[in-house]
Amino acid sequence: MVDTIVFLVAAVICLTGALGVILARNPVHSALMLVMTLFGIAVQFVSQEAHFLAAVQVIVYAGAIVVLFLFVIMLLGVDTAQNLEIGALPAQKWAALCFGVGSLALTGYIILAVDNPVTGRPGMGGAIDETANVRLLARSLFSNYVYAFELTSLLLVIAVIGAVVLARKPVKQLPEEAGR
Amino acid sequence: MAGGMLTIARILRPQRPTRQKLIAYESGVDPVGGEWAQSQIRYYVFAVLFVLFDVEAVFIFPWATRLEVYGLFGLVEMAIFIFILVLGLFYAWRKGVLRWV
Amino acid sequence: MTGDPLFHDGVDLVDIGIMGLKVVVAFGFLLVATMFMVWFERKLISDMQNRIGPNVAGPWGLLQTFADGVKFFFKEDLRPENADPLVFRLAPYISAVTAFLSFAIVPVGGVFKDVPGTTGTVNIFGRETFLQVADPPIGILLLLAMSSIAVYGIMLAGWSSGSKYPLIGSVRASAQAISYEAALGMSVVAVVILAGTLSTHDIVAHQAGGINTWFLVTSGVIPFIVFLIAATAELNRPPFDLVEAEQELVGGFHTEYSSIRFALFFLAEFMNVITMSAIMVTLFFGGPAGPIFFGLTWFWPTIWFMSKVMVFLFIFVWFRATLPRLRYDQLMDLGWKVLIPLSLFWLMFISLKELRASNDWNWIATYAAAAGGLLLGGTLLITALRAGDRAYQKDSEDA
Repeated sequence: MVDTIVFLVAAVICLTGALGVILARNPVHSALMLVMTLFGIAVQFVSQEAHFLAAVQVIVYAGAIVVLFLFVIMLLGVDTAQNLEIGALPAQKWAALCFGVGSLALTGYIILAVDNPVTGRPGMGGAIDETANVRLLARSLFSNYVYAFELTSLLLVIAVIGAVVLARKPVKQLPEEAGR
Repeated sequence: MAGGMLTIARILRPQRPTRQKLIAYESGVDPVGGEWAQSQIRYYVFAVLFVLFDVEAVFIFPWATRLEVYGLFGLVEMAIFIFILVLGLFYAWRKGVLRWV
Repeated sequence: MTGDPLFHDGVDLVDIGIMGLKVVVAFGFLLVATMFMVWFERKLISDMQNRIGPNVAGPWGLLQTFADGVKFFFKEDLRPENADPLVFRLAPYISAVTAFLSFAIVPVGGVFKDVPGTTGTVNIFGRETFLQVADPPIGILLLLAMSSIAVYGIMLAGWSSGSKYPLIGSVRASAQAISYEAALGMSVVAVVILAGTLSTHDIVAHQAGGINTWFLVTSGVIPFIVFLIAATAELNRPPFDLVEAEQELVGGFHTEYSSIRFALFFLAEFMNVITMSAIMVTLFFGGPAGPIFFGLTWFWPTIWFMSKVMVFLFIFVWFRATLPRLRYDQLMDLGWKVLIPLSLFWLMFISLKELRASNDWNWIATYAAAAGGLLLGGTLLITALRAGDRAYQKDSEDA
């Protein structure tokens, strides 16, 4: 009973947020709506007893990645509604439409094909122990997925290198800069 | 337990607007009349670095709670992980993007 | 078994009532403490600066904050023309709510004995419960989550004001906050390694054996120092209050805010100071654990907790009165080039120390291997960076 209510509330939050992301005119509003969606998902995780995932969801996605988005938005200063018609590639609209319809159809198929009810299932972690979440995660991290785990660090470093390269001034400009 | 957090928020929220209602007047006088401005690119680098260390912390926590279980293997794995990430930090450091001028 | 024993045998109305009571009491306590904190800070600073400070409202000016608060209600609420109305209204709430939510995980009382997981409960209406609003299994991660959300309060406040000073102030503030949040997280890991759990209640239970079991001692002092500095910076408290540097930025992100909305930011700031002090006490100073002398047994832990928190409140004010403000480049350097490498190093050191102790490895062999690893890593790092530099120089010469 309580689970269902929590699920419904969180689902509404998620969907409202998701719609808001694409419908909001202002990019900062879109980013905020994204945070709302992420929060809704975090609540879903909590209701599935996946506390650690919920915390990670908030810390990494809402806390770091959307902040990064916001920095970029403020960097570009895109607050005045730009005319999107000019920037878009001609094929982009149709491609987006195709992908949208395709993924919607896929989601629909999954929902129909899977016989069991998707909602109202008991949590996986809670059946064992409340702190088991973190432990189970650690176990798979250090056994099956240890290479993936190490590769993640490489991926992150590559991201940083990319950012540094983008942010640095071109070398040729340096003498002029020094003169000022 | 999970609801605890939400309960607090729910209990907390209604308390604020009652205070808000005490304010009867509101006006839109604008003393400054500013423009939207742009921020600098160096903030972006810090944000990316923050993502790096945030994800790192997220990976460290499960290991930290089960330190004994994974023993030497876990320690070496984590050392490699941290080493690679520190490489990123030192790279940014070396390239001078951490320097604030 | 973790978690609050209140919910172990099902949930009924009394449990929900106790839960509600805890929330209300904690909120009330935090509000009163915040008001007191504002007065305390003003009075203490004026003492340190040889002034009198607030002395009109109430005895020793105790009611000064209350008077200010009442005044805020009667002030006009201005909203700049260019402001984004929705976000402008939202931002103060984000600040205030996150400030309170972090406090929920702090155990404020309960008798802790040296057996983790079994103690720290009190009896309310015949139910065993923890004296903390919530004890989620992720415990201390909630603090990190909330402090990362708190960044939004500042960032959005500055952005939505539609004015230059707040925008610059808020971008600075959020860059500062995220820089130090990384260091904050790393220093918490040291405690988690020692405690082997994320739950704040269990963390306190591990420190119940007296001062030499406090994580301040067992983790070495470094994580605590890193945490203290990072927390001060995270809260934008002096000497890290560049965000509100009056000389250059007017009032920082809340320049355009007035009336009760400004009061919310103000409240959130001081609430955060109290919360951070409480978290520090929880993580490093054994929380409510302490000797029990006579009389009511449940009474003493709370007293211990409050007096420990008071010490930190004093330290925060002391910082403000003593230390000059940092420059922004110094601030960023301290965060990224000192605190983060230091806490990472210490993290590895502590885990090595713990593993050595639990597996009974040889002293010399362990540390020799560690030193060798460090040397190897350092050499690799320097070689890699050198090679990168050479390639870079070659490229720029060619160009």
